[in-house]
Amino acid sequence: MTDTTGFYDLVVNGERRQVRDSWVGESLLYVLRERLGLMGSKGACEQGECGSCTVLLDDEAVCSCLVLGASAVGSDVVTIEGLAPHGAPTDVQLAFVEHGAVQCGFCTPGLVVAVHHLLERNPDPSAIETREALSGNICRCTGYGRIFAAVETVVALRKGAGK
Amino acid sequence: MSVYMPTTVDQAVALLAQNPGACLLTGGTDTMVEVNFNHLKPGTVIGLRLVSSLREYTITPQLIQIGAGVPYARMETGPLAEALPALAAAARTVGSPQIRAAGTLGGNLGTCSPAGDGLPVLAALDAVVNLRSPRGIRGVPFQDFMVGVKRNSRVSDELIESVSIAPTSGYQDYAKVGVRNAMVISVASVCLVHDRHTASVRVALGAVGPTIIRAREAEAWLATQVDASTSLPPDEAIAIEFARRVAAEARPIDDHRSTADYRRHAIQTLTRRLYLRSTK
Amino acid sequence: MKNSSTTTRSQSREVLGTSALRPDGVAKTQGDFAFSSDFQAENMLWGATLRSPHPHARIVSIDPTDAWRIPGVETIIFADDVPGQATYGLIASDQPVFAQNVVRYMGEPIAAVAADHPETCRRALAAIKIVYEELPVLFDMDLAIDPSTPPIHPDGNVFRHQRIISGDPDIVGDVIVEGTYDIGMQDQAFLGLEAALAYPDPGGAGVELVVATQWLHEDRKQIADCLGMAPEKVRLVLGGVGGAFGAREDISLQVHTCLLALRTGRPVKVQYSREESFFGHVHRHPGRIHLRHHADRNGKLLKVEGWMKLDGGAYASTSSAVLLNGITHLQGPYACDNSRLEAWATRTNNPPCGAMRGFGVVQACFAHEGQMDKLAVALGLSPVEVRLRNAMKTGDKLFTGQVVDSVAPVARCIRETDAIPLPAEPAYGTGSLELPGGSGRTSDPSHIRRGIGWGVSIKNLMYSEGFDDSAEARCTLADGVATLKFATAEVGQGFVVLAQQIARTILGVDTVVLDAIDTQIGSAGSTSASRQTWMSGGAVDGACRLVRERLFEQVAHVHNLNPLQLAVEGTDIVDTLGPLRVPVSEASKGLRIEETFLHRHRPTEELDENGQGNCHVAFAFVAHRAVVDVDTELGLVKVVQIATAQDVGQVLNPLTLLGQIEGGIAQGLGLAVMEEIVVDRGVVKNPSFTDYLLPTALDAPDVVAIPIEEYEPLAPLGAKGVGEPPCISVTPAIVAAIRNATGRDITRTPVRPQDICLPT
Repeated sequence: MTDTTGFYDLVVNGERRQVRDSWVGESLLYVLRERLGLMGSKGACEQGECGSCTVLLDDEAVCSCLVLGASAVGSDVVTIEGLAPHGAPTDVQLAFVEHGAVQCGFCTPGLVVAVHHLLERNPDPSAIETREALSGNICRCTGYGRIFAAVETVVALRKGAGK
Repeated sequence: MSVYMPTTVDQAVALLAQNPGACLLTGGTDTMVEVNFNHLKPGTVIGLRLVSSLREYTITPQLIQIGAGVPYARMETGPLAEALPALAAAARTVGSPQIRAAGTLGGNLGTCSPAGDGLPVLAALDAVVNLRSPRGIRGVPFQDFMVGVKRNSRVSDELIESVSIAPTSGYQDYAKVGVRNAMVISVASVCLVHDRHTASVRVALGAVGPTIIRAREAEAWLATQVDASTSLPPDEAIAIEFARRVAAEARPIDDHRSTADYRRHAIQTLTRRLYLRSTK
Repeated sequence: MKNSSTTTRSQSREVLGTSALRPDGVAKTQGDFAFSSDFQAENMLWGATLRSPHPHARIVSIDPTDAWRIPGVETIIFADDVPGQATYGLIASDQPVFAQNVVRYMGEPIAAVAADHPETCRRALAAIKIVYEELPVLFDMDLAIDPSTPPIHPDGNVFRHQRIISGDPDIVGDVIVEGTYDIGMQDQAFLGLEAALAYPDPGGAGVELVVATQWLHEDRKQIADCLGMAPEKVRLVLGGVGGAFGAREDISLQVHTCLLALRTGRPVKVQYSREESFFGHVHRHPGRIHLRHHADRNGKLLKVEGWMKLDGGAYASTSSAVLLNGITHLQGPYACDNSRLEAWATRTNNPPCGAMRGFGVVQACFAHEGQMDKLAVALGLSPVEVRLRNAMKTGDKLFTGQVVDSVAPVARCIRETDAIPLPAEPAYGTGSLELPGGSGRTSDPSHIRRGIGWGVSIKNLMYSEGFDDSAEARCTLADGVATLKFATAEVGQGFVVLAQQIARTILGVDTVVLDAIDTQIGSAGSTSASRQTWMSGGAVDGACRLVRERLFEQVAHVHNLNPLQLAVEGTDIVDTLGPLRVPVSEASKGLRIEETFLHRHRPTEELDENGQGNCHVAFAFVAHRAVVDVDTELGLVKVVQIATAQDVGQVLNPLTLLGQIEGGIAQGLGLAVMEEIVVDRGVVKNPSFTDYLLPTALDAPDVVAIPIEEYEPLAPLGAKGVGEPPCISVTPAIVAAIRNATGRDITRTPVRPQDICLPT
């Protein structure tokens, strides 16, 4: 392409990352995946209707497909890769696997980010609060039942551990 | 081909004056869809996310002012929700939690879709849209701001800075019909504001016309039936007739989402229910 | 990122019957699992497809000159550039790789480009000038059936016409009920958008394709035919699949991607957007079904007569098989001797339709369950009672004359579902998110009516009508580690964990390595038709047993025993007649035993002109009860609870079983109240997630599921496939519940608000 712009830096998962020779219309999702090699965030609709691309932007859970990559300059971006930086799965991730909340797995990274975000803000959500908080994450495989069960388990575990 | 990230409104206004036709971008929940779908080729982009003054609101007994960059998530609960329950109710129906974290009133106003969830609330509250340019601030009442489907009266070097709302005293609510329990584009929506200060009941309709529709004839009729300076009477007959008149002012169409008949019926039902809710 | 995976769990053994965890689970939760869209290559180009905006048009001229001028464009290909067969298809090879003179559906591919950036591709596609002459659109099934309508394809406008006549077709019942039922077009809407990466061999002698698909070998055959290559020259590797539900059974981007790579000599990646995905794969057949059910005064079914029309859209895909399934399942899970049925699958300029979970039976079930409810009313019986009086049993005959020799616990499914407690009466405050209307807060509790409805279904397992289906698997045991190789497409359903459970159970090992899923082994058949547990499970089971046999021979030889007296107990080999106990890891040290097994099911037959023949392999059954709350004024629905009892044979993994049940129920719920591709004269009006609505977390009902375990002797593991039944009878159960709540005779699905609250 001949109309790529200059370059900018983003802070992703605590690291300063350089974005080079990008085209101005690239979404943050595209930049994360195609420019920074962070393939964990997924794209399934490109219009904020599925939540597969959910990342944390300055501690808010947003759809990265709706963030212009270059406009994330100066903000903190946390992706699924940044939730467990040392490789060991988080309690949410383990609970997902143990409760059968993962089938094809395409929605899973976005959901895991959304669940982490929910529990940071609300450590003891009611069933309906959990459903509303996850209403922006579409899962086509599970029907959500095992996902709710996983969240309940994490809530109980965290309460028990006095976190 | 640039992306500018100003940190003050003055910077943003200056950039916009230097780059006529630049794309103003905050939450991206409408604009980025257009870009992703190849309907919009961004040239110069002025990102407003870092302009902190746009993300502020003030609440005083005389005036509520909401910055164009306040995300819907901050209207769902807290002081804004207490001051403007209808806005909180509308905010809660916007998209998904992720959309609400990013989407703004400024965005809804910039896009000016008849299905924009915040817009019936602004219409019913007689909000004023504050537009900033090198020439200063121009306040435009909402009814004059939205002029058609996705058309507003913003001049190209104007930036939507905030909305101003006179506080009301009384019940206000918003309800929206969609086929799914979350994350739906409005099939039909109603905002009802009962204001004892001005002895008025104001009703605005979304998704049933080329613009948000204020049902002024129905409002005028209701004023002959009830004393809005005090509690409204829980009179079924008045509620039903009021709802019928409000629905008659809707101008719905058939499209792939719904039918004109259903939309009119939904408006009528919602109006009756909201009126009766306001009397409880 | 790798997709071959290992797992070792030494605490409690994850054998058959346990909720063994999937080996790819952790990687998926961390974003480390490679879906086909995550693959990248050095020197890679992006590819994109040009599609017809018209449902029916003659292509007058194509001018790509301006597109070629765009910097970064490497190649543009059209129909003339297809070196081999110009068309492909699962049953009839009638679908062009690229349209040449005519386009027959909105979205039909005409060209493809390869360029340096997806944006360059978009610009190149926009720059290709095509002149169309729009043609009249055939969108009506009756017109398609009418022989005087001009054919829109040389093969004609009817894919299949089938009759079934059985017993005494002229018998008349004491009670007759009649209805016409409409089913809308559902989309599989898997999340993992279509994506493939093709690597051309040097010199273009062959190609390797990483792709998310359901059936590697069938894809390979069609690709090879279109590329004019021998099949061995086309190597397929399964890229991680983000759901399928039937939509990946037909090929979509496979040939295009390979062609672009071969033309440019560089790896090419093609990735669909959601909008393109709606146009790029087949959908569920919409249809209309008219049935007349005859019963005697005691409620026993005497006859089912009527017709079924399914619209297959522009190309054949699997329409004739879907129709076969549909017409043979109009009987429902009910004993009845007499029938006169007729069915058509039509070709129109509507979007092509093919496989979607349920495969014709979803449509049939919606109709027959609506009829059973009408019978109940006419007879003064409850919906449960009318079904119990007719419930099929093992040994009953289908209208095709086939005896149902599968386990058939229909009555038990109904009774156990009925025994599940109903949910508590609602105690919602105004504005509760749990009311119909959800976050829109439209409802007040005084407007809500609760309804209860039933649906019961029969579903055939595996393929039918003489199709010689098989699955191959290889097991290698070396030093206490088993390695499995199969071409079974894992699409999320959990075959990868089942395979490990089988090996652990039979061989007594804990470490089971899964080799790459590709065409370096024989076909496993399609991940569809609820067949993989039976077929690929049977293949893995067979391969492991052969390995075990040879291991036993070894051990027996060493210890001077008869191998027939050896058995695996936990992780040991034991002599059942003596004291010998040796760990499998020790017994297999230094050994390498490898066996390949091909599993076939018993043969089936084609139907004759009266629809008689043993065309199916086996059957599974399921009952659903739905509880819904309906805002009767606004026509909005909240599905509160789904209770279900499903005939599964054996529970091999309780966790993955529940996942299939809950997931299938969500899809059936979607078809009941919100999912429909809206097509107007061939034009798709809602190709996006904004307007094609999938159930969200706020729409999900509470699910209470009971597995009915009656060992199926026909199945290699005693277990039936479980993928499809959950999505079949739940749809009519929900619609029946809406009827119950409102008193309205609703005859279409999905049910729209106006169907509930406005005069018809």
